[in-house]
Amino acid sequence: MSDILVSEQSAPGPGGSGRPSGRLLEVDDLRVEFRTRDGVAKVINGVTYHVDAGETLAVLGESGSGKSVTAQTIMGILDTPPGFVTGGQVRFHGKDMLRMSDEERRRIRGEGIAMIFQDALSALNPVFTVGFQIAEQFRVRRGMGRAEAKKRAIDMLDQVKIPNAKGRFNNYPHQFSGGMRQRAMIAMSLALDPEVLIADEPTTALDVTVQAQIMDLLAELQRERQMGMILITHDLGVVADVADRIAVMYAGRIVEEADVYELYAKPAHPYTLGLIDSIPRLDEKGQQLRTIKGLPPNLMNIPPGCPFNPRCPMAQPVCREKVPPLLQVGPARASACHFAEELVNRV
Amino acid sequence: MSENILEVNDLVKHYPVTQGVVFKKTVGQVKAVDGVSFGLRAGETLGVVGESGCGKSTLARVLMNLEKPTAGNVVYKGQDISKLSGGALRRLRRQIQLVMQDPYTSLNPRMTVGDLLGEPFEIHPEVAPKGSRRAKVRELLDLVGLNPEHINRYPHQFSGGQRQRIGIARALALRPEIIVCDEPVSALDVSIQAQVMNLLEQLQGEFGLSYVFIAHDLSVVRHLSDRVAVMYLGKIVEIGTEDEIYERPTHPYTQALLSAVPVPDPTQRNNKTIIRLTGDVPSPISPPSGCRFRTRCWKAQDVCAEQVPLLEIRRGSDHPSACHFAEKREIVATHEV
Ligand SMILES: Nc1ncnc2c1ncn2[C@@H]1O[C@H](COP(=O)(O)OP(=O)(O)OP(=O)(O)O)[C@@H](O)[C@H]1O
Ligand SMILES: Nc1ncnc2c1ncn2[C@@H]1O[C@H](COP(=O)(O)OP(=O)(O)O)[C@@H](O)[C@H]1O
Ligand code: SF4
Ligand code: SF4
Ligand SMILES: [Mg+2]
Ligand SMILES: [Mg+2]
Repeated sequence: MSDILVSEQSAPGPGGSGRPSGRLLEVDDLRVEFRTRDGVAKVINGVTYHVDAGETLAVLGESGSGKSVTAQTIMGILDTPPGFVTGGQVRFHGKDMLRMSDEERRRIRGEGIAMIFQDALSALNPVFTVGFQIAEQFRVRRGMGRAEAKKRAIDMLDQVKIPNAKGRFNNYPHQFSGGMRQRAMIAMSLALDPEVLIADEPTTALDVTVQAQIMDLLAELQRERQMGMILITHDLGVVADVADRIAVMYAGRIVEEADVYELYAKPAHPYTLGLIDSIPRLDEKGQQLRTIKGLPPNLMNIPPGCPFNPRCPMAQPVCREKVPPLLQVGPARASACHFAEELVNRV
Repeated sequence: MSENILEVNDLVKHYPVTQGVVFKKTVGQVKAVDGVSFGLRAGETLGVVGESGCGKSTLARVLMNLEKPTAGNVVYKGQDISKLSGGALRRLRRQIQLVMQDPYTSLNPRMTVGDLLGEPFEIHPEVAPKGSRRAKVRELLDLVGLNPEHINRYPHQFSGGQRQRIGIARALALRPEIIVCDEPVSALDVSIQAQVMNLLEQLQGEFGLSYVFIAHDLSVVRHLSDRVAVMYLGKIVEIGTEDEIYERPTHPYTQALLSAVPVPDPTQRNNKTIIRLTGDVPSPISPPSGCRFRTRCWKAQDVCAEQVPLLEIRRGSDHPSACHFAEKREIVATHEV
């Protein structure tokens, strides 16, 4: 399927020079379905994306588009049953994780790939102190003694800028504010120095001033460690601030992939265009907002042809018949639309 | 200038903090709303912004007369709403309606859409005589862009955005004058959020509604509001027209909030200065003395700990701000369209 992998020939993104190169993680034509009493929901229908060392790939999409299920599949924490992988690969340093032994996968988790979740409160264990939960990783995975593990945990809390980290070591999660819990969660996922960090809506539950602090912190830690980061979000503002590349998801597919500057300047897919048009802006007064009509598709009954066709203002008869593949439309971009060329070439 | 349809005077709402299981002892007060005043003009949208826990929803509940204020009052067309009873209270309930944040929990899952939208007419039969209710409900569904054929469906058969439309239809049923919207689009995806925002604007034009529009998203608030109040720890720190707040903010907190909003334009990445606030929002049980923002304010002086800054117009500014050193600063570059 290398013809749909745009980035194979892609030029390095902005600021890309001087980074240690290397494809860290590749998701290739991944397919996942949920088999429930009501029927089969085809949730992931051929997702392909990758992340390199030191870069931030933003995965953008609306609720239910399959961002988190893709991440859960990468992490090996897909809820099975009802979730089943029905095709594709997830390669870490070229090796397919879906066909590894459990032992091999466990070793990658935390050290190779780590994940932070939207809701830190439910991801941290309420009955253990924050410090203990971080220190435990050093003890179990690195075989450190109690005192050293504690020292390292305090050091981690300090790195994520928890004030008075030593004093806070023995606090329980509920004694932290929302922003501090998110920091603790980041400290925990970075403890084993992962090569790839998946951040699933890391700031959605937070206020803007705290969100700015957390995004700064993530960017700084990423730079220091040259991590590859997959940032999952539906916030086009956050994406514009931090992403190098963007993959836009719709109904379990990547419908557009592009460098961040190109994507905002000239979307190559009608769905991306609709999304960008429908955000209210801080620097603009009220006018009628443009909207995407209709609703996201029912994943138990995805429309034939292009899944976006019932909502698409550009749809033609061919869109109801043929599924548009994700094809390259520029040096570092791809779009899954029969009329992508026209969108890209318009003035 | 049209006159105020609603006036809020020195509104205070404290909740006791208790200890002990059997013999509850009050050990403090959560100062959720602590001295808030503003007027709502007929036909306007007043936006209320502020971070989580600053008292926005509490304010909404008191405005709706769902809770009694600890002090101060809410005056609707010259009448103190907390003093109303009987027929006068019922009439007030018709005139002020609420749209809530969560389209998932705010609708009774066991009632059909027809029942949900018909319920207000049961309580206020004068609005729609019995025989005409079904037709009225269909009309409401059509008005908010839902299919009238879906009158017998249950809430779980609708998406989040559609449920929010049902919530709006319910609020509109009695043809109110004022709708208090508490985070009505926060739980929605951008494309659906835009649909609901357009609907709110369209309905306002059609029925001359006044909105109190509560949200934490500053872009959404700017889009819909004529005037905006910024809240911090139970108080309004700055209030003015949409232009005054977004283009000439004078309170350091407003400036920090605006600067932190991510701009959906990657070319602006390095062009903007984010004012970074340190520390967390203090507890509303024991807010800082003097100016409540002083523990996070980069401009704080000794006087800030001693004197509460009043919400008033100071020299060099055109709108009220509660800062001893209020000074305008351009944060948001105005976008040329
Ligand atoms: N019934 C209650 N008893 C005790 N404290 C309360 C009660 N309701 C609200 N509070 C407290 O009052 C403060 C303001 O709450 P409110 O719900 O109004 O905040 P908000 O601005 O709506 O926040 P959010 O955006 O998170 O909903 C908070 O500190 C909250 O914990
Ligand atoms: N455990 C589960 N059982 C059944 N369906 C699920 C489960 N988890 C997720 N789904 C479905 O998978 C789809 C994609 O979910 P998700 O990846 O969480 O979306 P998002 O893009 O919002 O993160 C949704 O339709 C969701 O309802
Ligand atoms: S393929 Fe057709 S329906 Fe799909 S996005 Fe392109 S124009 Fe629209
Ligand atoms: S009064 Fe003082 S502490 Fe409060 S906002 Fe103004 S400068 Fe800052
Ligand atoms: Mg998700
Ligand atoms: Mg609230």
